[in-house]
Amino acid sequence: MTDLPVRARLYISAAILAACVLVVLALLARPDWAVVISFAVLTVVLERTSTGVGNQSQGQGSIAFFMTLPTTIAAAILTGWAGATLVGAAGLLHAAPSRLPTVKRLFNGAQFTLSAAAAGLAFELLGTFLADGGPAALVLQVVAANVVYSVVNAGLLTAVLWLAQGAPPAAVLTGTIARTAPVYLGYGLLGVALAMLWEIGGPLPTVLGLLPLLVARWAFLQYAREREAYEATIRTLVKAVEQKDFYTRGHSERVSTASVMIARAIGMREERVTAIAYAGILHDVGKLGVPTKVLQKTGRLTEDEFAAIKRHPVRGREMLSDIEFLDEAFEGILHHHERMDGRGYPRGLVGDDIPEFARIIAVADAFDSMTSTRSYRDARTVPEAVRELQRCRGTQFDPVMVDAMVRALARQPWTHVPAPPPGVRVPQGAVIDHDDPTFVYGLPEAER
Amino acid sequence: MSRPAPARRSWRPDEGRGTVVVAALAAVLVVASVSLTVQQPPAQAWVALGFGLFIALGEVVRIRLEGDRETAPVGAAAAWAYVLLGSFGGVPTTHRAWDVVTVTALGTFVGAVPHVAAGRAPRVDELARRLLSVGLAAAIFRPLYDGGQGPLGRLGEDANWLLALVMVVVVGLAMLLDAAVAALVRADRDRAPYLAALRDESRALVGLGSAIGATGILIALAAQILRGWAVPVFVVPLLLTQFSFRRYSTIRQTYHQTIRSLSRVTEVGGYTETGHSARVASLSLAVGRELGMGDRDLEQLEYAALMHDLGQLSLTDPIPGGATLLVSRDEQSQIARMGAEVIRQTGVLDGVAVIVEHQADSYRTPHVDADETVPLASRIIKAANAYDDLVGDSLESSRRLEAIERLRLGMSYDYDPAVVTVLARVVEYHARVPVRG
Repeated sequence: MTDLPVRARLYISAAILAACVLVVLALLARPDWAVVISFAVLTVVLERTSTGVGNQSQGQGSIAFFMTLPTTIAAAILTGWAGATLVGAAGLLHAAPSRLPTVKRLFNGAQFTLSAAAAGLAFELLGTFLADGGPAALVLQVVAANVVYSVVNAGLLTAVLWLAQGAPPAAVLTGTIARTAPVYLGYGLLGVALAMLWEIGGPLPTVLGLLPLLVARWAFLQYAREREAYEATIRTLVKAVEQKDFYTRGHSERVSTASVMIARAIGMREERVTAIAYAGILHDVGKLGVPTKVLQKTGRLTEDEFAAIKRHPVRGREMLSDIEFLDEAFEGILHHHERMDGRGYPRGLVGDDIPEFARIIAVADAFDSMTSTRSYRDARTVPEAVRELQRCRGTQFDPVMVDAMVRALARQPWTHVPAPPPGVRVPQGAVIDHDDPTFVYGLPEAER
Repeated sequence: MSRPAPARRSWRPDEGRGTVVVAALAAVLVVASVSLTVQQPPAQAWVALGFGLFIALGEVVRIRLEGDRETAPVGAAAAWAYVLLGSFGGVPTTHRAWDVVTVTALGTFVGAVPHVAAGRAPRVDELARRLLSVGLAAAIFRPLYDGGQGPLGRLGEDANWLLALVMVVVVGLAMLLDAAVAALVRADRDRAPYLAALRDESRALVGLGSAIGATGILIALAAQILRGWAVPVFVVPLLLTQFSFRRYSTIRQTYHQTIRSLSRVTEVGGYTETGHSARVASLSLAVGRELGMGDRDLEQLEYAALMHDLGQLSLTDPIPGGATLLVSRDEQSQIARMGAEVIRQTGVLDGVAVIVEHQADSYRTPHVDADETVPLASRIIKAANAYDDLVGDSLESSRRLEAIERLRLGMSYDYDPAVVTVLARVVEYHARVPVRG
């Protein structure tokens, strides 16, 4: 705590003190102990299980946070503000002791307590105005309690970030509320269901009521973990494939990055952006079917050798055909060497007949190839590569994608530093990179 | 675009007798129940119709999970709710155990129609199991409730906790039966030991199964106050659960498909023969299953088998025909180490890396009974890999026998006798029974 500014320390102490006072007041108000204890235990169990599963990535902290809300609301319905406050205070026990510094834990606990107390008070106050209003009044009370919980919670968080780290308060506040409000509402209604289950049969049905959600969250965490594992695996295996050829090391990853930049610049939907990221990583796996001696051949390629290279998009598409979800990415992989003027391969598609993914990958691919070192030339600078892309705009590349790449580069600088590490044997003569648009293959005439 | 037919299941036997027995039992149960129901239809026809419809809708949104499991969470929860339904808005319900089976069966069949029309016939054993377990639960619970006259029926509102407890016990028992029957079917189909199958099936039930059971109980309890409205209130969280599970299942399938695809890099690169890693994987799986390995271990075994030749990518020249059997022991170990290193770099497949690393090791060394550091999965892959190097995709029985003989000769150090015995049985069995796939 010593590294925090004085005002932040004062603020945190005040929040913790206020929470302690509220807890004492709530204890003196003598709520229904059975309700308080049961829901407090549930809260602790929920928080514990939520932080205990999976590795900690961004989203999971906020999910853990939500779980105090339903129990708080249920306690407010069943036994008023005092019960809500005490159940909220139980949230203090949530984080595993080792994970967070004590100050943070105490402040989190205070945050839970204060939000819960405010929500409980709002619920009760509105209840006195809407006495005997039936189910509609109850829904209104719950919604109000949710809104108050959400605002107080976000306010406390914003203030601490502002005082401790100087984060802009307005942005943090609106951001937090916008992110959490819809989820809070759903969890608030769950609170109503929990209260009803308690009325029907006490703790057992209440626990059963939480079970499906616990299971859902478990599955969600598993999903998140599996997805991370999946991405790590693809990246590593592709790198292993690239080991065969020093010059293309890291190429797939960078093509993926550049493809995503272009996709974002043309405003592509997020699911498709994910798909093109995979397509970018996997676009050259078919090269494995090209004999190494051809890939590393110096000088002019024979007709047969060039044909072998030209098969790589088809081979890649074939190899990956079992992966159902790739779907649109297949097209991108198969056609990433098509040209707008129809002189590309494997099909010789023209203009808009070339799938969008392929038009994007073509630009990203060429761009990375030009800005990387090749044995027959040094890496070009980014402006040089952009000039080259613009020269081939409309003949080889889709002008829309070239412009998008240029726009994206203006916003996000290209960080790849092309330089071969020392001690690596550079093959004698020229190894030809088939992705390089500035290199003219030995036999374009024979192709037409 | 020609590619080898998927070989994943090629060492897996067809549906066995278990399915037939379970289906026959369920059919008898349904016929008996329907005839009893028809003789005297349930008095509360609207409740029966409502729950039947709800079961049917749940069946329509059925999902398929990993490990060839199928489930209709909403339909199953509806069936549990109808089993456990006591007072419906203050009025005791009077349907009997056989009515529950009838309604569940009809609802399920109606809900299956769209799937059958789309060419996705439901798994017979899964449907049969659900009917049997629902039948068991109903046979226990309905007489105890007995239209509000039985011991459970006379409990007051204050004793709802006891009612809930009985419901948990009844559903728990029925789920145990479900797992036991599922394990029976699976042990028979996969030729796996019963206990291993039971362990996997119970584990599969704990997650989604408990959410389904809880939802059924909640609907039955809340119907006391909310009547039919209890259904939407508690189905929404279950749908969320179902969605989570489906997404989880999908990413796992994708992972699986991707490993399968990328494991072909050694084939496309000319390092190994076409289909080699897929064949080694499916043979290893069959052996692992019969040795009683659990789902998680089998998954690691399969991934390791698919990627066992990944280390060959680091060779400058492919081994002729890709057969690691033909290179020196040192080279084999080096390939194994290189492959393991690549796999370890993923940071998430450490278990698989260990298996790959030990794939070339002997299961024992002189004067040592067995080397515990060599995982069972590695021993299986070593034998399956050698078998496939010798036989390939050939169907000739002389080559099969020759290969098995060679494995037997290597049992003193190279191949684990337990593994070779099972492997010989698996390939013998499939020489007699046509493979599917």
